[in-house]
Order: sequence, then structure tokens, then C-alpha cells
Amino acid sequence: MAEPTTTGSPTPDEPLLRAEDLRVHLDTPRGLLKAVDGVSFAIERGETLGLVGESGSGKSMLVRSLMGICPSIARIRGSVRLDGRELVGVPRKEARTIWGNRIAMVFQDPMTSLNPVLRIDRQLTESMRLHLGLGKKEANERAIELLTLVGIPEPLKRSRSYPHQLSGGMRQRVTIAMALACDPDVLIADEATTALDVTVQRQILDLLQEIQAERGMGMILVSHDLGVVAGRTDQIAVMYAGRMVEHSPTADLFAHRRHRYTEALLGAVPRLDVPREQRPRAIPGSPPDLITLASGCAFAARCGAADDLCRAQRPELGEDLGTHRFACHHPVGTDAPAGADAASGDGADEKPSLMKETPA
Amino acid sequence: MTADDTAPGALALDDKPAAATGTDPLLTVTDLVQRFRVPGGMMNAVAGVSFELGRGRTLGLVGESGCGKSTLARAILQLTKPSEGSVRFDGQELTTLPKAGLRTMRRRIQMVFQDPISALNPRRKIFDIVAEGLVISGLPAEQIRPRVEAVLRQVGLDPELVSDRRPHQFSGGQCQRIAIARAMVVDPDLLICDEPVASLDVSVQAQVLDLLDEMKHRTGVSMIFVAHDLAVVRNISDDVAVMYLGTIAETGDTAAIYDTPAHPYTRALLDAVPAPDPAAAPSGPALGGEIPSPMNPPSGCRFRTRCPIARAECAAHVPTLREIAPGHRVACHFPLVGEAAVFAGEATAGAPEAEAAPAGAEAAAAEPAAEPGSEAPKQD
Repeated sequence: MAEPTTTGSPTPDEPLLRAEDLRVHLDTPRGLLKAVDGVSFAIERGETLGLVGESGSGKSMLVRSLMGICPSIARIRGSVRLDGRELVGVPRKEARTIWGNRIAMVFQDPMTSLNPVLRIDRQLTESMRLHLGLGKKEANERAIELLTLVGIPEPLKRSRSYPHQLSGGMRQRVTIAMALACDPDVLIADEATTALDVTVQRQILDLLQEIQAERGMGMILVSHDLGVVAGRTDQIAVMYAGRMVEHSPTADLFAHRRHRYTEALLGAVPRLDVPREQRPRAIPGSPPDLITLASGCAFAARCGAADDLCRAQRPELGEDLGTHRFACHHPVGTDAPAGADAASGDGADEKPSLMKETPA
Repeated sequence: MTADDTAPGALALDDKPAAATGTDPLLTVTDLVQRFRVPGGMMNAVAGVSFELGRGRTLGLVGESGCGKSTLARAILQLTKPSEGSVRFDGQELTTLPKAGLRTMRRRIQMVFQDPISALNPRRKIFDIVAEGLVISGLPAEQIRPRVEAVLRQVGLDPELVSDRRPHQFSGGQCQRIAIARAMVVDPDLLICDEPVASLDVSVQAQVLDLLDEMKHRTGVSMIFVAHDLAVVRNISDDVAVMYLGTIAETGDTAAIYDTPAHPYTRALLDAVPAPDPAAAPSGPALGGEIPSPMNPPSGCRFRTRCPIARAECAAHVPTLREIAPGHRVACHFPLVGEAAVFAGEATAGAPEAEAAPAGAEAAAAEPAAEPGSEAPKQD
């Protein structure tokens, strides 16, 4: 999996989307911010990757770099290949044929990703006319088809509405329709259901899953909630401070989670399938400042099992994609070093840091 | 329209003054209607809600966006003037209280909002934000500082480090702590939290929930906790009321709602919570459609258009909130549990709790619950 990065032609055994040692570094006034620092993964057609982590863990910056919508101060290094075609550093003109066309994205807040002064149909047809060269009439017909596909009742009437006339769930369906307009190979949903009610969240997740299965798209599901990605992904990557800390096939991750952060994240999810006495456990502290990040494991300061080794030396994730990778010196299942006990206690005694943690 | 007094619990208006004995509920909401004029007619955002909140207890108010839960919370606080019905707080009717009386009353009812960053004035220092309630109440300055510092410490912030900072220097979770400190500094009797964790990361949600729970035990404050997710309120609530389209669909103590939900809507809300376990089978069919417009609610049962077990009868008659087990009330013609359970898939009502939950009796079906919840802050 460590073959040299070339901008070669599509090779038959290439995965649909592959990122290798992807880095997104931002030149901020305070210093270099490593928002994404050496991330590798591969997605096949029809496969879903769940990307999980807290705010500021770099998951949004990672998917934005795949979409080419990073802020201008971002420097992207490493390699991202779509069907073997290198995306990092492609000329702008060529990039336009990929982003929005072959890779599409659904954002968290449908109200801000839709233009409030344009009717739905106009927004839906824009990318089809640009990328697919459809005429107005064809594009409009296809827009109605798409609205039907995403489960919008009375699509003809709705296509003439403005975004504010729709409910949050309906708006998110519209942005999904927009993302699907050009039949993308990869669909990225960045916290697409976070702003929605649980009932609507389930509808939207079901819809995404259904459409993905139908079209064989690759999908990246970004969420801060492990519950959202649990039943709907093939592989899960847990991110912390710009790096993947655990990456594994979904079933394996939940059955044998190894990283202490994954464990803590899972413990924080309010769930109904456990006794009421088993309360969600807060993760003490807050994520580290990515600019002043010290050597060692980034999670060490919040980890109950951390010792001197963790603070001195950063654990490596491992290279083999497709296997269960984790970057932890004292993984779950091994004995925590003396004096540390991460798995028990509700860990809320430690007061959170009082500084704003990340400017990202 | 008489004068107001600052002495809590001793205000006499046209009703009899509250005997602050603690046996009566802290808050009694009866047939509350909140109507708004909107283009095209009138909209009942809250369409007749009744419930009681015992002293020291926490009520989880759950429902989808647009069900009226936030409107209800605001109407209780008289942020909007309720159109009909009554809100009695500590024996005092709030709906008829003059402005000046409300001002003193609002010190005893505080609110925490969903978006902590926009709820805090970005130009003011944290100390001033937290102190404002005390300043308005006319407390001398030398008494304000120790109280603000104490409450900041209680919410897990170091007053020396945070007092002179401004909200943008804090994360969402920390801003929510500040908002909670601001609410708690005036020592309220009732804290209304409107989706306090909905915009926070899962890891931070648990921190804020722990903090609210701690506050509850430390001060004995009663709480109304508004959320759209039943999983979030499970640990913090003593009682839960599920709202749908302006009315209460089901209410009961936590065990009743989670173990033996009787309303199909409650069942659907429970099923919608994603389990962090890939092996978990999807529980029940997803609830289709969306909440209808309150401008034009369905006839009969308001939930019938999305209900998997709706029958002809549901369109014809409005179900009243009736008791199916002690303290457990449901507004459904065909509840999932109880003696009238037609579609029972589970055992009948679980072990009845000893005390009756201070829940609502819609349409005053009967006299108020015989034994409104006991006053002691309940253990979890």
C-alpha cells in the first residue's frame, strides 16, 4: 500500500478513492496549523467510510480538501486519487470537471448551503447544465426526477419554492438532490443530519444509504456521533487532532475498539440500549490546540491510561489499509499503566481547560 | 393589577397566596394555548397543554421541531403572552401578573438557550454577563463578586482566568457553562433549558448534562429540559412529556416512558435514536413524513397522519390524555400498553412507581392528581 505516488492513468486495481499521507496545513498568524496531518484511506465503489471525531479534529477539513474547498491559506500535500487520477495539485480548469461532478458534498446546514434568493429548480439545474451540458428543459425534467428520488412530495410545486418555504428536512433533501444531480462517484455527507430531528435524521440517513446502494457510489459519512455511523458504514476512521487514531472495518471497531479515545467517545453517546444507571460519560478536558501540539500522543492529556511513553512518543497508526489500525501505546484490552484507570469512573472530576482550544 | 413584592412565595394577587409548604407543585400549567397570527390565519403553536412540575423534579419535554416545545417553554416564562390557560408558579398566576411583578418573578425562573454563543453578548466580559441578573436585582456590588465567582467555580470555570474574557474566547461547551452560571447565579427555583446540548459535540454534551445534574442536586432547583432526542433526557429527567403538534401525547415518569411507551409516537421517537452498535437491528419502521403544519392540524388525533396503527376512529375523535397506569398518561385511542392495549407487543405497564408523577391532566379530565409528586429532589 506504500507504492510511490504517481499521477498515472487509471489502473484497474485502484480503489475508487484513495488518500495517501494527506496533509492540510494552514498558515495562520499564530503559526502552522496542521488541520490534517498524514491521513490515508481507500474507498471502493459502494463502500461507506464513517469519519468520526469532535469539533476541531480535522474531519471537516479533510473532506473539504477532497472537495477542493479549503481556505486559501491551506497547503495540501500528499495524494488523493479518484480512479487513479491525482487530485492534489490538478490545474483549476481540470478540477472543475471533477468537483461537483464526480465528487459531491452535502453540508451540515442546508439553509446556508442553499441560495435563499433562488428557487429550488434553478439551484438544482445549475450544475447539470454546467457539467452535463443539459438544456434548460432537460435539466428541469431531471430536477423533478431528482426531487422525486429524494422523497419530496409534490416535486413540481416544490421546485418552484424558495428554500425558506421548506422545512429543515426538506431542505436537506434538496441539497442531497443537488449533490446527486451529476451522478457523482463519491458522495460526502459532512454532518448532514446533525441539525435535524432524530426522526428526520433517520429518514435522511436511510435515504442516503438507499441511493448509495442503488448507484454504487462511494460515500463518506462525517459525524461526531458514533451512533450515526455504526449501522451505516463499512469502515470507520476516528480522528483526533488532525490524525486518524483508529481505522478499521466497522464491525471490528465496535467489537474490539482499541484506542482509548474511541472508547471514550463511545462512552459519551447517550444510548437507550443500556440500563439507565449507565450514564453517558463525559470526556474530561477539551481537544488540544493544533498549533502548539507537543510531541507524543495528542490524546494523552485527556487519557486515563497515559504515561510518560505516551507523552514523549507519538504512537503510529500502522500502514495496512483494510486492517484494524490504531495508534495507541496502551490500547483497550491491555492493562493500563499503574495509577491510570481510563475505563472506569466517570472522569468528570478533571476541570476542562479554560482556554479556547482550537481556532480551526 | 396589584403591586408586586419581591418576597418569594408570599405574593398575594387575586388568588390565595401560596402556602410555601412544598407539598403543592412548583409549577402548574393548565390548558395553555399559545396562538400566533400568521399570514393566512391563526396558528396554535401550543394547543392546550396541562402539566404539573413538582418541587425539585425535572421534566423532560421532548418532541420534533415544530411541536411547540420551545414555545411552551417561552410561554411559561411569559416571554410570549399565552393566549389562553393558566400558568401558576409557586401558587401565583403568571398570566395576569403585571410587568413589574413578572420582573421579580423571572428572577426565580431562569432559562438556558440552545445556542450558547449567540445567547451571550459578545461585547461583554464573562463577569458582567454572569453578574447582570444580580445587578438588576439591586444587590450591592460587594456582594455580587463573591456570588459570581462562586457560581463560576460551580460550573467548572476558574473565575480568575475567565472573568475578563469575552465569549468568543470560549468553546461552545464552555459558553454553555457560562450560560448556566448566568442562570444559576440568581438562585432560581425553576430552570428552563431549551435544547441546551443540541448544538454541542457528544463528548461535551455529557459534560453539560453532568453539570446540570450536579446543579440540580446541589441547589434542588426544578428543571424543565427541552430536547428533541429522548436519549438525551433519559438520565436527567424524573418525568417526561412527549409533545406532538402543540399537545402532549404522553407523559409519565422516566421508567414508564422508556420501558413501556404507550403512544406510537413515543415508540417512534425511541426507535429513531441511533444505537452505537452495528449489530443492533433497526428497531421498528422509520417514522415517515414530517410534522404537519399547526395552521391546519389533522382532525381527531393529531398524530394519525403518520401513525402506523391509525384507524378510522382516530380521524373522528380527539384522544384525551388519560391515565393508563399511576402517573402515566397517554392521549391515544389505541395505546401500546395498559388495559386498553389493542396492539400490545410488550408486557403491560411496568412496576408502578410509588408516587404519582406530577403530570398533566388534559382538559382537566379529573381533579388534579391525588398526590402531586413529593417535594424532595429525587435520586436518579
